[in-house]
Amino acid sequence: MKKTVFLGALTVAGLAAGVAAAGTLDDVKARGKLNCGVTTGLVGFAAPDANGEWGGFDVSICRAVAAAVLGDPTAVEFVPTTGKTRFTALASGEIDMLARNTTWTFSRDVDLKFTFVGVNYYDGQGFMVPKDLGVSSATELDGATVCIQTGTTTELNLADFFRSNNISYEPVPIETNAEGQQQYLAGACDVYTTDASGLAATRATFEAPADHVLLPEIISKEPLGPLVRHGDNEWGDVVRWTLNALVTAEELGVTSANIAEMTAGTNNPEINRLLGTEGTLGAMLGLDADWAKAAIMSGGNYGEIFAMNIGEETPIGLARGLNAQWTNGGLIYSPPFR
Amino acid sequence: MSDVSFVRTEMLPEQAPPGSEVGVIGWLRHNLFSSWINGILTVLSLYAIYYVLAGILPWVFLSVWNAGSLTECREIMNATWGGTHGHACWGVINERWLQLLFGFYPSYLYGRPILALVLLLLALTPILFNMISRRMNWFLLALAFFVTAMLMDASIFVWILRIGFAAATLFIGYQLVTLSGSDRAEQIAQGAKRLPNPLMFTAVYPFLMPWLMWGGTIWPPICAALGFVIGFVVLRFGKDHMSELVTMIAAVAAAVIWWLVLSGYVSDGLSSVLPIGIEAVESRKFGGFMIAILLGVVAIGASLPIGVVLALGRQSDLVIVKALCVGFIEFIRGVPLITLLFVASLLLNIFMPPGTNFDIILRVMIMMTLFSAAYMAEVIRGGLAALPRGQYEGADSLGLDYWQAQRLIIMPQALKVSIPGIVSTFIGIFKDTTLVSIIGLFDVIGLASAIRADTSWNGIYWELFAFIAFLFFIVCFSMSRYSMYLERKLQTGHR
Repeated sequence: MKKTVFLGALTVAGLAAGVAAAGTLDDVKARGKLNCGVTTGLVGFAAPDANGEWGGFDVSICRAVAAAVLGDPTAVEFVPTTGKTRFTALASGEIDMLARNTTWTFSRDVDLKFTFVGVNYYDGQGFMVPKDLGVSSATELDGATVCIQTGTTTELNLADFFRSNNISYEPVPIETNAEGQQQYLAGACDVYTTDASGLAATRATFEAPADHVLLPEIISKEPLGPLVRHGDNEWGDVVRWTLNALVTAEELGVTSANIAEMTAGTNNPEINRLLGTEGTLGAMLGLDADWAKAAIMSGGNYGEIFAMNIGEETPIGLARGLNAQWTNGGLIYSPPFR
Repeated sequence: MSDVSFVRTEMLPEQAPPGSEVGVIGWLRHNLFSSWINGILTVLSLYAIYYVLAGILPWVFLSVWNAGSLTECREIMNATWGGTHGHACWGVINERWLQLLFGFYPSYLYGRPILALVLLLLALTPILFNMISRRMNWFLLALAFFVTAMLMDASIFVWILRIGFAAATLFIGYQLVTLSGSDRAEQIAQGAKRLPNPLMFTAVYPFLMPWLMWGGTIWPPICAALGFVIGFVVLRFGKDHMSELVTMIAAVAAAVIWWLVLSGYVSDGLSSVLPIGIEAVESRKFGGFMIAILLGVVAIGASLPIGVVLALGRQSDLVIVKALCVGFIEFIRGVPLITLLFVASLLLNIFMPPGTNFDIILRVMIMMTLFSAAYMAEVIRGGLAALPRGQYEGADSLGLDYWQAQRLIIMPQALKVSIPGIVSTFIGIFKDTTLVSIIGLFDVIGLASAIRADTSWNGIYWELFAFIAFLFFIVCFSMSRYSMYLERKLQTGHR
């Protein structure tokens, strides 16, 4: 296993070096389309609608980058990737960026040679149990049967959690989230565990969501964010600052509704720099002056994207929690535009 | 002497059989209740069937068709039946069935894959059913083209097509109606000119189909077809100057050089000079059941000839040919299909220089074809092994050369013996096409999970699988029935 990872990393490294020379930003501009890797379907984060149009939280990031670089949020080619194909697709240059609820971990950043440009969603692994199980904390789950997706970090986190609390469990391996829902509802397992966002989305589909509770424990850190290949820092900067622009826009109160009047000029110099009416931030990135404006107009600022795709008004109904702006006690924080 | 006679002089009239032996009751007694044990088994089986149907039928038929989301479905169910258990929510199929069939193929171009499918059936007719006359075949083809031309946007060119195909359809149709089959046969016997063989269209179809599906200019498929023409020409005229083996090698080499080196430039050049064509559709837009049919048809169509060649190669006396064939077959059969698909989608990406665009569907097609060809080769080798030695000797004694013997004596018998195995392999490879969802292609299974990721339909499960199962059942069951029909047709009375 180690050897395979090593060989894989070598190949990936060699390729990344080869690709980097080309300059992804120029490639994307020349192509006129952004190739963005997304999931093959995850509720709220990426899914095609009946007309084949992609939508979701991760998809909005792709659209924002396309708008910033090409001025057109529809100039995106969405490449569906599975958990197995995503990293090869990015390393081989098939996609320019990956926005596929991928957890930022040490080994992915360092060993697989990718650059995580930021975090667009702070997630963590949680537990869901039926209310009539009478459990109020995950530490009371001794001897429980747990539905768990195989081959994911959640499986390892689960083993760590139960071992460190000195309690036992019986895993029920499942392949997909849809299968997990069925097994859990059929009573094949007492507990269903996956990322808390996924649990909330799953519970929202139940006939009687109130009969199920999410336990308070969050047993892992899952910072999800877009990533690009190592070694092409110009392109990495473009994606990083597009994400930061969405975050900063929310912090400064720039929304898709008021952006037009804000562009006319405000007395807040940071807003002016962000929207390109002052300074040359766009030119420094190799983009148009109104790059951030285009990105924000593609789907709104970070808060609007959140509210529209996964927020409390949607069936998924996620609270901002850790993903609130730092000014509201969350972790969402962008470096200044200066 | 009494005149009592003990010899019956007249037959008793025939009695009606006892009521318990005829009609429904008799049939029941004979087939279902012939003994106590059978009676009990019958009752148990009937109960099992009732139990299953009582669960499934209400689910299928007491269901919701018009709903925009799972929640809406549940509301309707609660309002109608007072509960949601045991009722299907077909609203998802109602909303997404076109997507499940065609993937992300542009909806205004749906006519193209449909036309490709209709033409596929027409191209296969002369191969599959020999009872359809040439006139009928050409009539159907002309009709299909006429309907297509009527559905296209009107322009002068389209009007010419419409009139031309209408004339052809009417002419052949008139002949069909006024001239019976036997009269026509008599005419032909007296030397009337026959219509061209519809197999001509079958030969054109493999080049027509990719053009219809992917679009673009007409030159790439024409250039691909030219490769075969070049090979054929070399084969035809080389024979006079070279030995048979050298000619064959030269023909293959000429075709391969044309395809690999020259055809790209020629088709690019022609495309830029004369851009005749239709709107191009990228492979990424392909999806749904269409991808299963596309991959299945290509894998099935290409694997049979390759399999025949491999099977013959494996039986060959030429050491290198034999070693190559055995190595290929054993290697491919020793590797799971999913591994080959991962090679196609991941490994090739790493080996090829960055920026190379080697179509993913083409890669998958090649892998699936190789995979099914290896299995096909073994099935056909089984058929070859079943032939008695005398058949080969008989062919030799008639003075037939190797290819003539294979074509006229060995293969027809070997293929006939292998029909059930061949069709099993076909059905197997057709169902294996669903594996492509694992490498991120949106076939029906992949689309089903993508649809479940829509907030409206998250949580729906069985309805999608039931629909997919229904689609696959139609195709696989038809293949199976056709295989039985073919076996009956080719039955010659000895095994």
